Amino acid sequence: MIALSDYLILGAILFGISVAGIFLNRKNVIILLMSIELMLLAVNINFIAFSHYLNDLAGQVFVFFILTVAAAESAIGLAIIIVLFRRRNTINIQDLDSLKG
Amino acid sequence: MIDDMKLVYLAIPLVCLFAAVIAGLFGRQIGRAGAHTITIAGVATACALSVYVYFDVLAGNTFNGTVYVWGVSDNFPFEIGFLIDNLTATMMVIVTFVSLMVHIYTIGYMHDDPGYQRFFSYISLFTFSMLMLVMSNNFLQLFFGWEAVGLISYLLIGFWYTRDTAIYANMKAFLVNRVGDLGFLIGIAAIYANFGTLDYHAVFASVPEVLGQTIEILPGSEWSIITFICIMLFIGAMGKSAQVPLHVWLPDSMEGPTPISALIHAATMVTAGIFMVARTSPLFEFSETALSVVMIIGAITAFFMALLGLVQNDIKRVVAYSTLSQLGYMTVGLGASGYAASIFHLGTHAFFKALLFLAAGSVIIAMHHEQDMRKMGGLRKFMPWTYITAVIGSLALAGIPPFAGFFSKDLIIESVHHSDLFGSGIAYASVLAGVVITAFYSFRLLFMTFHGRPRMDQHTLQHVKESPMVVVLPLILLAIPSMIAGAMFIEPMAFGDYFTGSILVLPQHDVIGQIAEHYEGQSTVQVVLGFMLHGMLQPPFWLAVGGIFLAWLFYIRKPELPGKVAASVAPLYNVLMNKYYIDDFNQKFFANGTVGLGRLLSKYGDTVFIDGWLVNGSARAVGYFSKILKPLQTGLVNQYAFAMIIGLLVLMTWFLSVN
Amino acid sequence: MTFEQLAFYFLASVAVISAMMVITVRNPVRAALFLILTFFTVACIWMLLEAEFLAIVLVLVYVGAVMVLFLFVVMMLDVDIDQLREGFGEYLPIGATVAVIILLQLVIVLSSGPFEIDQMPAPAAASAEYGNTHQLGLLLYTYYVYPFELAAVLLLLAIVAAISLGLRGRVSSKKQKPDEQVRVRKKDRLRIVKMNAEKQD
Repeated sequence: MIALSDYLILGAILFGISVAGIFLNRKNVIILLMSIELMLLAVNINFIAFSHYLNDLAGQVFVFFILTVAAAESAIGLAIIIVLFRRRNTINIQDLDSLKG
Repeated sequence: MIDDMKLVYLAIPLVCLFAAVIAGLFGRQIGRAGAHTITIAGVATACALSVYVYFDVLAGNTFNGTVYVWGVSDNFPFEIGFLIDNLTATMMVIVTFVSLMVHIYTIGYMHDDPGYQRFFSYISLFTFSMLMLVMSNNFLQLFFGWEAVGLISYLLIGFWYTRDTAIYANMKAFLVNRVGDLGFLIGIAAIYANFGTLDYHAVFASVPEVLGQTIEILPGSEWSIITFICIMLFIGAMGKSAQVPLHVWLPDSMEGPTPISALIHAATMVTAGIFMVARTSPLFEFSETALSVVMIIGAITAFFMALLGLVQNDIKRVVAYSTLSQLGYMTVGLGASGYAASIFHLGTHAFFKALLFLAAGSVIIAMHHEQDMRKMGGLRKFMPWTYITAVIGSLALAGIPPFAGFFSKDLIIESVHHSDLFGSGIAYASVLAGVVITAFYSFRLLFMTFHGRPRMDQHTLQHVKESPMVVVLPLILLAIPSMIAGAMFIEPMAFGDYFTGSILVLPQHDVIGQIAEHYEGQSTVQVVLGFMLHGMLQPPFWLAVGGIFLAWLFYIRKPELPGKVAASVAPLYNVLMNKYYIDDFNQKFFANGTVGLGRLLSKYGDTVFIDGWLVNGSARAVGYFSKILKPLQTGLVNQYAFAMIIGLLVLMTWFLSVN
Repeated sequence: MTFEQLAFYFLASVAVISAMMVITVRNPVRAALFLILTFFTVACIWMLLEAEFLAIVLVLVYVGAVMVLFLFVVMMLDVDIDQLREGFGEYLPIGATVAVIILLQLVIVLSSGPFEIDQMPAPAAASAEYGNTHQLGLLLYTYYVYPFELAAVLLLLAIVAAISLGLRGRVSSKKQKPDEQVRVRKKDRLRIVKMNAEKQD
């Protein structure tokens, strides 16, 4: 049998990878968005694993809502990237510093 | 019956308030005649009802109760309440009677003044406030009445507000009274803190519980709570009743119109302090320290203020210093536990001092508002009524039997003589010396004004005539009690059980009781005759006669003598002329000191510290730290993400290390 | 080792490796494709956890819609990949350190006992009649009906937002411009000409 901790550690590994991804790809907005998707996926794995082991469907309902929000988020995020590219002709984060203090 | 009386009690102050409001707000509509008619009608009603209440109280119907609760805070009720007993009833009659006389007198005195209606409104309002003060059954209402009479005193001293001196004087009166009121307020707060109530009877009833408890005012010095409360209350009385060193405002208050000097600054308001100490006698009785303080302060005031009266040339100021001195007498009487004697003197003094002030006012009218006695003289022939009444007032003030002042003053002196508290020896010497000085300056005033050769200019001399009826009538009406009030009331007030229940005197302090023993079982006439006979064999009487003789010698027989004497003791004379330099000291030390302190605080405290450091400094500090923190806001999303992740890392590490 | 375990470890290692590829490959298109692979394998893992509905949704919504959108955007934008790769190595040590520390801490917590198989045994496999979708639907349409509707509103909002952001607007469109309409003055629209009267025939 597979232990709950195995699933949770899989989630943790994916989470760690996405954290590293945010650090490494600090210029490419698209990869950053992908890293965030990956992070959410890691969280979702935890939810579903707990839902299964605790025999409680509430966890899956949570995942359902997270997927909804994440889909909305990435749709709008990509739309913003398109507008951004249209205006500035770049998706390099280093160039987007007009909010600098 | 009780309900009816409650309405009467309410009506007495409220008719005055009503009249004041009508005269004050609708003065223009009702005109001059309307203003004085309504206010005199109001005060006359109050006076008649007060007399009715007085006899009702004599019949044994006292009252103590709440009329109206106007607020409750933290279960503490703020109440309007009345305590009607012999002390209150006596004060009510004195206040309303003198007030009525002054109202009538004002018709003549203020005849040509543009502020006629305003003046009537003020004095009616004053009567209302003073009645609320004396009728109160709790310290809070006492304090409100206290402040209200102070406010009206301020308004009336500055009645002629276009005069700089009047404005200066009313500001001075207000500021000096603030010092006293602070003490009074602290006293009231201390009463509330230790007794949990401000109701007179409740406080007095629980005095034994507080007795012996101490309070640490300054680190290391323990005070009895009762002593502390009493001294604080007495500081309030010192301000209101103009005791040294808070007396400086009273002479200057003579800037106000003369009726005010008579009503507020001689007969009623300044005696509020005396009344308050008598009312709180159940507290003062338990603190011999406080009684000694009261007595010594009173003795200083009685003697030194009388000395100042010797050298004044302004007719009103002479009377003002005599008022100070007489207030000192009353205070000495309080300190010697002779509360009844003090209240007795308060009453007779109200009559004869109001009389003297009004007589002085009558002279001032005749002299076209000239107040310098050096420019008067020989007025006896022109103003017979004023002269006769002034003589009666002066004899009463000097303490010549059978006039009212003799009985009350002699009783105070005897009380002090019998007292064995600390300081009673000095006090006795002071009041004895005060007697001769009082007689001297009051007859000096009389001789300089009414006798001798006229010293005014021709124009004035031709126009001198007796004052109108409205002025003379109050003089006559006040002269009557000045003559007979002493003989009438000495037996019941001083030796009877008149004040039992209102004033508490412990057996070991009962000086008046010791005097009373001589007259036990005698009828009123016997007592009066006996007291007069006894008085004539005592030093005070002969001192007074000597004082009068000296005045005659100085100002009638040998008018050149005063100048010589003044020249021979020039340093002393200068000290007196400069009022012991107290005003100069206050001006230099307190006024200039305060201004200097203000400048200093303005320059360093406000400009440098608050504006420079706190206001601009905080703005600069924010700017400085912002400049440091500004680079943190790079606008780069990934750096924000790093920050979040590192924050997450720190939180997780902390979580792990805690568990 | 049972089939279940075999499948789990296989899928998990594929997921981890493809996730690693997502963040390291040079070309964003390939990154997106690796992300799709990650999602696929994770969906399979969710199957193991008897969350069939969500597994299908993950594939349909994420792989079918979101990731296609990603690919679409990546391919549509003409980005200079080399420039975006700058500083990749510079941040590798710190990124790796932080990620490893977080991972270690998580592993310490997760493997400390309560989540082991003996502490928390896996539930028995559901019967053949058990329908995950059915159960989830029962819960969603009853107890969670308001959040569910809110989620629908949220999605509508996202649609509107994405469209309005991306809309470039055609020149020929006849949409109203209220600001210009309000600002208009007489001289903008009215021209007064002076001319002699003409005879009408």
